[in-house]
Amino acid sequence: MEIKEKESVVVRFSGDSGDGMQLAGNIFSTVSATVGNSISTFPDYPADIRAPQGSLTGVSGFQVHIGAGQVYTPGDLCDVLVAMNAAALKTQYRYAKPDAAIVIDTDSFGPKDLEKAQFKTEDYLGEMGIDPDRVIACPLTTMVKDCLADSGMDAKSVSKCRNMFALGLVCWLFDRDLNVAFNFLREKFAKKPEIAEANIKVIQAGYDYGHNTHSSVANVYRIETKNKVPGRYMDITGNKATAYGFIAAAEKAGLKLYLGSYPITPATDVLHELSKHKSLGVITVQCEDEIAGCASAVGASFAGALAVTSTSGPGICLKSEAMNLAVIMELPLVVLDVQRGGPATGLPTKSEQTDLLQALFGRNGESPMPVVAAASPTDCFEMAFAASKIALEHMTPVILMTDAFVANGSAAFKLPDLKNYPAINPPYVPEELRGSWTPYMRNEEGVRYWAVPGREGFEHILGGLEKDDKTGAISTNPENHDLMTRKRQAKIDAIPVPDLEVLGDKDDAELLIVGFGGTYGHLHAAMDELRSQGHKVALAHFRYINPLPKNTAEVLRKYPKVVVAEQNMGQLAGWLRMKVDGFVPAQYNEVKGQPFKTSELVASFTKLVKS
Amino acid sequence: MFTSSDYKKGQPRWCPGCGDHFFLASLHKAMAEIGVAPSQTAVISGIGCSSRLPHYMATYGMNTIHGRAAAIATGCKVANPNLAVWQVSGDGDGLAIGGNHFIHANRRNINLNMILLNNRIYGLTKGQYSPTSPRGFVSKSSPYGTVEDPFRPAELCFGARGHFFARAVATDAPGTIEVLKAAYNHKGASVCEILQNCVIFNNGTHDAVYSKEGRAKNAIYVEHGKPLIFGENREYGIVQKGFGLEIVKIGENGITEKDILVHDAHQEDNTLQLKLAEMEWPVALGVIRDVEAPTYDDCVWSQIEEVKAKKKYHNFAELLETNDIWEVK
Repeated sequence: MEIKEKESVVVRFSGDSGDGMQLAGNIFSTVSATVGNSISTFPDYPADIRAPQGSLTGVSGFQVHIGAGQVYTPGDLCDVLVAMNAAALKTQYRYAKPDAAIVIDTDSFGPKDLEKAQFKTEDYLGEMGIDPDRVIACPLTTMVKDCLADSGMDAKSVSKCRNMFALGLVCWLFDRDLNVAFNFLREKFAKKPEIAEANIKVIQAGYDYGHNTHSSVANVYRIETKNKVPGRYMDITGNKATAYGFIAAAEKAGLKLYLGSYPITPATDVLHELSKHKSLGVITVQCEDEIAGCASAVGASFAGALAVTSTSGPGICLKSEAMNLAVIMELPLVVLDVQRGGPATGLPTKSEQTDLLQALFGRNGESPMPVVAAASPTDCFEMAFAASKIALEHMTPVILMTDAFVANGSAAFKLPDLKNYPAINPPYVPEELRGSWTPYMRNEEGVRYWAVPGREGFEHILGGLEKDDKTGAISTNPENHDLMTRKRQAKIDAIPVPDLEVLGDKDDAELLIVGFGGTYGHLHAAMDELRSQGHKVALAHFRYINPLPKNTAEVLRKYPKVVVAEQNMGQLAGWLRMKVDGFVPAQYNEVKGQPFKTSELVASFTKLVKS
Repeated sequence: MFTSSDYKKGQPRWCPGCGDHFFLASLHKAMAEIGVAPSQTAVISGIGCSSRLPHYMATYGMNTIHGRAAAIATGCKVANPNLAVWQVSGDGDGLAIGGNHFIHANRRNINLNMILLNNRIYGLTKGQYSPTSPRGFVSKSSPYGTVEDPFRPAELCFGARGHFFARAVATDAPGTIEVLKAAYNHKGASVCEILQNCVIFNNGTHDAVYSKEGRAKNAIYVEHGKPLIFGENREYGIVQKGFGLEIVKIGENGITEKDILVHDAHQEDNTLQLKLAEMEWPVALGVIRDVEAPTYDDCVWSQIEEVKAKKKYHNFAELLETNDIWEVK
């Protein structure tokens, strides 16, 4: 047996939707993060409601990239592929490296399974051109049955433990400490200890199987931990981090948190997460539709809450009217858009960045609205906090963009201490304005004051009709409308945002890579790869999109070549060209609903550098 | 103590003779009688002639977007249950573009006072039929008559499991004030249908009951616990017959006041209340249904209190500790 020391390894768990691959993947990620490896995960769900068991469309995957140093993406291709049935092998093999180790459950490769997976012969390995020496073929189902023969569990419950056998086997491959997994399961099944113990027994059996039959396996991997950042960590998905960011912001601002929402993939987990935390006073209302989700949030904002509405692109279409109401009434609101493939219903479970122009412009009238985007699962926390702060302090709706990739992906999250986060101070009407205050009076930053209902002496009416700057009464005066339009724009333009950071060869790059939001990891990995090949490359990644950072033009004009890489047809490139005179970048556009592949980015950027 | 002028603001811009003027005056008076301070009151409307109403209130309020008043009012009430929240919509705002929010506010039973100013026409857009215009109604958008049936607001409210429905005529100030006070006192979604005339585009639509004399002939004021008697000389009564209601003349065929059905607004089964609400003659006015039920906003907040008492984490730092945490040294 050979032990391979590796910088990083990618593992992909795959099986039928009901095979528990997400759970196995999650536990393995946690186990790896616990020893200090960095992790990046990518759950790849099937879009079918319930595909027939064993069918090609019913395959569910979970990919995790673990590294000694920082890993930025879940990885392009895997070093270890677990395929729990024939359909999984058929559809997931394309994600495996040529020398990947492949774990299969031979019990799930019977004639019927092969037929469902559309294999033509019984030689499925030969059909796919897989070298049998790379395959760890085990009668996994049989071994799980044997292992739990005395447990008294019914056949269905026994079969549900198959994923844990695979997990045990992978833990052995990576020399992982099983105790972390055991603790995880004991906590998860605290109310059903017999289920926890059965799962634990199966993990151990999987591990022992690996240990006892190692001669059949080509190698075992070891990932040492480097560049550790000491601290306390948890595993967090982007959606959960977003929810935590809102909770943190509400606490910091001393406000109630209100979420008005309607279930929509891939944003629903934010509703799920916030609904759990009633003990923090979080109010969640599952509304009758997307419209009411946003409209009720506008009502809650008027009443003095930190108001949030969460959705994906199709929901933004429906919310845009109420978002515009918040624009003209100048009330704080955070609109979360977890982007998915479009247009219309599009690719509900897949990831794209195709809503950017909708976020910037998708409303009637002159309707400026701040737009920010999260770069990674953990950055969702930072940007949810930042979006809330901007909304509350500048009395405006803010769009927070994430995407299915960062929302469902997870990473190790260093527990934040709110003491290190800035205060949030909404511009409540100062008491000295009592008697002279009108609803559209502004502070020195051009922000309308907030008078929350319940406060005597500040009764006022807001609304969707244009108002007089001085009196707050309805006005159709042409000069006043022009003035109010400019004031609303100026207010957004004046919002302070951090400068655009340049990573890599910031002084002498031949090529500047530009992106926004969830592609950060892949663009960073591509830059690292190009630099390791000796090219001078830098990365400028936007998290603040409206208003743009003050140094945007300076950065974009500094480098001889610039490529804007995004998962749409060039929306960020278009926005930057509109805002930076004479800026004409190269573009890398891909709309496949899948994360970028670092290798493809590198190939394309290499051509650019050499051209 | 407040007077109606404490709730008044500005100069209404409705057409002379519009039913909205009458209703507004009654609302000011009702609010003064109810006695909730203007600062604790929010009046939220959508878009339409009647939705201008918040601009004439000295309370907090919003004149929002078309159809969404009930949804916006819902967020406002849940986020701050101490406010008295009044939602004002016309028949287009409330039942056409806002129909979904209307039924769901009723189903949830959120503690809103929902005013439906029903003139059976679109006035602001200058005369198209509305979802309460009768079949065959001729308007600018239906020059040959509509080919669709109208909603009957009570039926929609009851179908959505509404627990309160009352009706008044805009020109009948005492009747309107009575209904508004009852709506406020009812905890939960309280729908008040206000029959209101549009002098320009649908003049005379409620003529049968718009004048005092008309109401004496053609309306019945229903009151919980009182027999359903009406007519200029209180000569008619309502009795139950088979599956329906029947109008009878007291003194004829041996019918006495004792035979007349006694109104029960608190009856959970809405069958007879619905029949009462849907009669074309006489038109039922007053509180037709008023049944106690848990309100959404109360339940949201009591659930928060229950969970607070049960769970051990009450701030963000404590929330973090509920996760599987590992330490890198």
